[in-house]
Amino acid sequence: MATAPNTAAPAAFDWGPRALLRRLRGGDQIAHLITLVAAATLLLITALLVYQLWIHSAEARQKFGWGFFVTTKWDPVFGDFGALPFIYGTLVTSAVALLLAVPLGVGAAVFLAELAPPKLSSALTLVSDLLAAVPSVIYGLLGVFLLVPLMRREIQPALKKGLGFLPFFQGPAYGIGFLTAGVVLAVMIVPFVLSVSREVLLAVPRDQREAALALGATKWESTWRVVVPAARTGIFGSIFLALARALGETMAVTMVIGNNPRIAASLFSPGYSIAAVLANEFSEATGNLYLSALIELGLVLFLLTFVLNGLARLLILVTTSRAGGVSPA
Amino acid sequence: MTLRTIWRKSLNAAMLSLTGLCALITVSALFFILGYLVWNGGKDLSWNFFTHLPAPVGELGGGMANAIVGSMKLLLLAALFGVPIGLLGGVYLAEFGGRTMPFLVRYTADLLNGVPSIVIGIFAYTIVVIRTHHFSTLAGGFALGIMVVPTVIRNTESFLRGVPVSLREGSFALGANRWKMIATVVLPAASPGILTGILLALARVAGETAPLLFTAFGNRFWSPGWLQPTASLPVMIYTYATGPYEEWHQQAWAAGLVLLGLVLVTNIVVRAFLSRGNSFERT
Repeated sequence: MATAPNTAAPAAFDWGPRALLRRLRGGDQIAHLITLVAAATLLLITALLVYQLWIHSAEARQKFGWGFFVTTKWDPVFGDFGALPFIYGTLVTSAVALLLAVPLGVGAAVFLAELAPPKLSSALTLVSDLLAAVPSVIYGLLGVFLLVPLMRREIQPALKKGLGFLPFFQGPAYGIGFLTAGVVLAVMIVPFVLSVSREVLLAVPRDQREAALALGATKWESTWRVVVPAARTGIFGSIFLALARALGETMAVTMVIGNNPRIAASLFSPGYSIAAVLANEFSEATGNLYLSALIELGLVLFLLTFVLNGLARLLILVTTSRAGGVSPA
Repeated sequence: MTLRTIWRKSLNAAMLSLTGLCALITVSALFFILGYLVWNGGKDLSWNFFTHLPAPVGELGGGMANAIVGSMKLLLLAALFGVPIGLLGGVYLAEFGGRTMPFLVRYTADLLNGVPSIVIGIFAYTIVVIRTHHFSTLAGGFALGIMVVPTVIRNTESFLRGVPVSLREGSFALGANRWKMIATVVLPAASPGILTGILLALARVAGETAPLLFTAFGNRFWSPGWLQPTASLPVMIYTYATGPYEEWHQQAWAAGLVLLGLVLVTNIVVRAFLSRGNSFERT
């Protein structure tokens, strides 16, 4: 950054009214202060967010303690709340999403970073960015009217036929449920895996690829054994980032998961997720305890994503700065 | 060629085409989504959709004029609340600031950006709705405004940093002090980029549903002023898509098409503009 050569004009000990006036008219301090306040507001908002979630969940935290996380009952009428089915649903749908999205996203990222000509690569990256911009309710809309019937009639019966011996693919095919929610989530998080992975792959220095190729490696060997391992940490970062997205994703999941607080091994079973129960029950929650239990769920979700995001940023930062340090280009 | 070479070469070809296939699948998802929406929603899109209130259940026709206006009002509030903080904060990060504070702000901005939108909704609920005892446009706008801040702050910072040092030095040489240099030289030079960043942030929150469910809530009629519950396009899509009536589903498709169209057009225009102009490297 450029330094200001002329701001040092008044001497440090000159506190006379004229010097002060000159300083104010100069305005640098004032501008500094105003922008500092704006930046601090961001910190304040975040701190306030944590504080509000904490105090408004106090009633539920005191009443249920840690038992909140291991009990399965969700009974607003009798004021008995346990979070386990929601946590389970959130984790299962996110796991399904990651299983599908990570190979797809990383594979596509390898293609864009290593193989595609620059013009094609940037065009495809634009499309992926646009995909990331599609509102979640649109995914939900397609999920409800396209994917759910398709799952019920075609995909789930086929899975049952082929892999029905596994506990994951048993039970009646409702169409809605963990699997469908996971699939919708997968489509939603692929762009995140893709764009971040592509960036960290591109940050791997050129010489590494050339060295591998010069040693007689094929393009694939150089990519898979040299470039991808070098970018591994950053790719993990992109996966954590995508996972954080998946955990907190609300609308699309709410519309296809079935909204039934159930823990079942079968992915065909309807379930519930933290975000979905918040979306469905928050505005009609009666009584402080009910509301407080919901806000505690929100707190759980916040902490989960907060930790994951922090970790992801760190991993990405480590990879890109290390690779950037080696490469002259 | 030895067997091993053949194996290596064919593995090479197979895996490389597989990555291409991954890219193809990912990219075609967008065109598929767009095409499906046009096919399903296009036929129900009429002038009435933009000018009429929702029809009573069981009646044909009707539109979502109130939801469109509601979404606009929410976006206006979000911009009024989020843009000044983001803009000034971005100026702070790029132009003032020492070591610790900017790092803290950047990190927090990224984390806040990753907070699920429904949690932001809870926050707005506890801050605005509990206090005013009302679901309202104000509460929804507040929630969306918070979501705008991190994006704008980071974008503004990066575009300000893109302004060449020579421009700054020039204005110093002419005797400007720091804030004059920022206000008259740096900000105008970076303004196209900053503006597009703001538009992208607004386009993103325009499609947000979750934080509005229990802040702006919903409304089947016009919402006067700022302190009443209001309809919005995304929430309307959610309500209509999950409702039991066939007419509602049709309207949901039409609304989905409008929303997606708005978001995509904004994104494409802004990105095209970004890649075309605003490159200082040429000079």
